[in-house]
Amino acid sequence: MTKPLVAIRSVSKSFGEFQALRSVSLDVWPGEVMCLIGASGSGKTTLLRCINQLAVIDAGGIWLDGALLGVREQGGKLHRLSEREIGRQRLKTGMVFQRFNLFPHKTALENITEGPTQVQGRKSDEVRAEALELLRRVGLAAKADSYPAQLSGGQQQRVAIARALAMKPMLMLFDEPTSALDPELVGEVLAVMKELAKSGMTMMVVTHELGFAREVADRVVYMDQGAIVEQGRASDVLGAPREERTKAFLSAVI
Amino acid sequence: MKPVPALAEGFPDLSGMRVAREPHWFRWISAALIVLVLAAIARAFANGQIEWSYVSRFLTAKVILEGIVNTMVMAMLAMALGIFLGVVVAVMRLSPNPVLKTVAAGYTWLFRGTPLILQLLLWFNLALVFPTIGIPGLWSARAVDVMTPFLAALLGLGINQGAYTSEVMRAGMLSVDIGQYEAAQAIGMGRLRALRRIVLPQAMRVVIPPLGNEFIGMVKATSLASVIQYPELLHNAENIYYANSRVIELLIVAGLWYLLVVSILTPLQMLLERRFARGTLRLAR
Repeated sequence: MTKPLVAIRSVSKSFGEFQALRSVSLDVWPGEVMCLIGASGSGKTTLLRCINQLAVIDAGGIWLDGALLGVREQGGKLHRLSEREIGRQRLKTGMVFQRFNLFPHKTALENITEGPTQVQGRKSDEVRAEALELLRRVGLAAKADSYPAQLSGGQQQRVAIARALAMKPMLMLFDEPTSALDPELVGEVLAVMKELAKSGMTMMVVTHELGFAREVADRVVYMDQGAIVEQGRASDVLGAPREERTKAFLSAVI
Repeated sequence: MKPVPALAEGFPDLSGMRVAREPHWFRWISAALIVLVLAAIARAFANGQIEWSYVSRFLTAKVILEGIVNTMVMAMLAMALGIFLGVVVAVMRLSPNPVLKTVAAGYTWLFRGTPLILQLLLWFNLALVFPTIGIPGLWSARAVDVMTPFLAALLGLGINQGAYTSEVMRAGMLSVDIGQYEAAQAIGMGRLRALRRIVLPQAMRVVIPPLGNEFIGMVKATSLASVIQYPELLHNAENIYYANSRVIELLIVAGLWYLLVVSILTPLQMLLERRFARGTLRLAR
């Protein structure tokens, strides 16, 4: 029997008074494309950030590829991992941010090669060839030497996807990847993500693009007030929601 | 649906007309007044008690040229020390470690809180506190031999500069978007590597104008080292006028050299700014 790639158990997280996650449990299976939907403040972005440890959980546990994240169990107590060990765990996930966060002082190609050469210590000519192939895959082979400021939002986000893929992650996390884009640029980013889903990548996508969720997601998870309200096949959750809150959200969005 | 109405009448076509040049009378009058005032000041100095022949003779005197070389050497070394300390202290201040934070804040407090000339005098007179310095059992020397005017000036100017530069560097690092740290972490970078590879290069663009300012300040602050016998420009100029009593002439010589150096530094700063502006829109055009 296969094991889940991500196992989230009773995870809670607060920012001061605000409780962003309330005892969330969830499994993500290898090859699965999961879309997380919900109003802003519902905790879906926080859940992604906890998985790649940009946010530290208050309670519960997250296992990625069988390994407990952020802490080590020893003698009945949990000990926090060192920064280096956390960095190593982060290499299993690739993160795509809402606002791209490309490095503005580096070209598209340098953005992609930075991680593999500097963090993974791989040979630069081999990494360069891979990065050019990734740029070709996201349709930007001609933009290798452009700086982020010279690219449109959609192009920047595609470079950001290539940058995350260059680390050869097992899991790709997308945090509202098209929310900061002009409407006419959304399609090109979604197309890259669809291609990636088709290639078998495990993906967790926080999104407001319900059309994308319906077409690509194996599972849709609806969150509200830090908890999972409803989940299931995209056609079920989006087409025939059972929960009142899901119905209210969907009718407000569409 | 209503049809789109035709353009309304009464708004003539202006496309053939030029915008007339304005006479700017006030600019002409004020410029003329300023020229008059400057001419009056120049005439006063020309007729005053200044022997201009001394100025031109000492402008390229060997001792003065040595002084300007020493001034520049000291300014560059002390600034390098200041920038090094400034980066280290700024990184310490932004670290999550409370010990490092407190040490960094204490350093800035101490060296920014006391006058530079006092710090120079303290370093130079260190021998009064510690007659011999060294590592017990390994190495020791008499403090008067070690603490030369050069070393005292370097430590005094450099360590003081570090306190100011650390704040400039901290401002630069804070100006970099938090998303840049997160993106660096997301590709597995630790804090220090993210600082070195991602944050500091972007902070440089912001800190170069204030650092250029600080360096110009440093060139002039080296003149304070004249009080501890470091043979920089002002010190050497003073030595000459102690001998020949041409005080104003030699101060003018020193002043002209400082002006010249600062005038050369300004375009150099612009070159450096352009180097670190890589990837910003101004260049992308």
